[in-house]
Amino acid sequence: MIHWSIQAEYCKGCGLCIDACPKQILRIDPDVINQKGHSPAQMTDVSRCTGCGFCALICPDCAITIAK
Amino acid sequence: MTMFRKPRVMTATQTHYCPGCTHGIIHRLVGEAIDTLGIEGRSVGVAPVGCSVLAYNYFNLDMTIAAHGRAPAVATGLKRANPDSIVFTYQGDGDLASIGMAEAVHAAARGENITIIFVNNAVYGMTGGQMAPTSLPGQITQTSPSGRDSALCGFPVKVCEMLAQLDGPAYIARVAANSPKNVLAAKKAIERAFRNQIEGKGFSLVEVLSSCPTNWGMSPKDALGWIDSAMIPYYPLGVYKDTSRKGIE
Repeated sequence: MIHWSIQAEYCKGCGLCIDACPKQILRIDPDVINQKGHSPAQMTDVSRCTGCGFCALICPDCAITIAK
Repeated sequence: MTMFRKPRVMTATQTHYCPGCTHGIIHRLVGEAIDTLGIEGRSVGVAPVGCSVLAYNYFNLDMTIAAHGRAPAVATGLKRANPDSIVFTYQGDGDLASIGMAEAVHAAARGENITIIFVNNAVYGMTGGQMAPTSLPGQITQTSPSGRDSALCGFPVKVCEMLAQLDGPAYIARVAANSPKNVLAAKKAIERAFRNQIEGKGFSLVEVLSSCPTNWGMSPKDALGWIDSAMIPYYPLGVYKDTSRKGIE
């Protein structure tokens, strides 16, 4: 079981994690706006996450933490 | 079990970089290298002038700032005064390849036992996207609105190729931070550059091709694609010099 979490306040909504995800299970959450004014990335289906870490590798803001 | 989290040596401060700027990735790789090698107690960083001038806010390390381009000279002094410390500079292309070219070349020629992380995004980022010494021929910037004209402005400086000709450096490599694969390769190169200093091998420089979505006028995704399609063909990735390598590969 993969525990995928994001610190939404750190996310700048650049979307690089969304493009890097091989399973295409990340998206920008349109319902949330953080203090900086960005809509952060969101996990849509953690059951399909393999924990490859590509999203965290390409995240410029160290916003993503992955545990298993 | 945590598989991925922020390096211990980095502070909780949110970075001031634009969305999608790969400076954040390169900061993290430096932090991971310091964590892995267990040198956080004796590392000293030198921040440049440029977008990464505030790097001291993001590392739980002794940090200092050098005058524009003079980071290798400051690092030389820090290292010679306290040889046990691990000294690194973190410089952009406007800092290292333009005003600080003399300091960088002479630090390399002297073979100073320091580590330089050279972030090349082919543009002056902090001042608003002017043409840099590393801007590609034909690249549109604020000061070359119809593309860099080599007849008028000359050609980009290839720092790795140039420094690899000197006898001083121990390790010169060029990597990119534009895909998970390239980020992993960059991590290895940066770790190697720090390890060289610990082992006393001498001057190590890692050039990291970085994106500047804001000043390139692209989305973060397109900017990473432009590194692949335009920058890497002009600035080929690879190890340009490695004195500890044995035999021919």
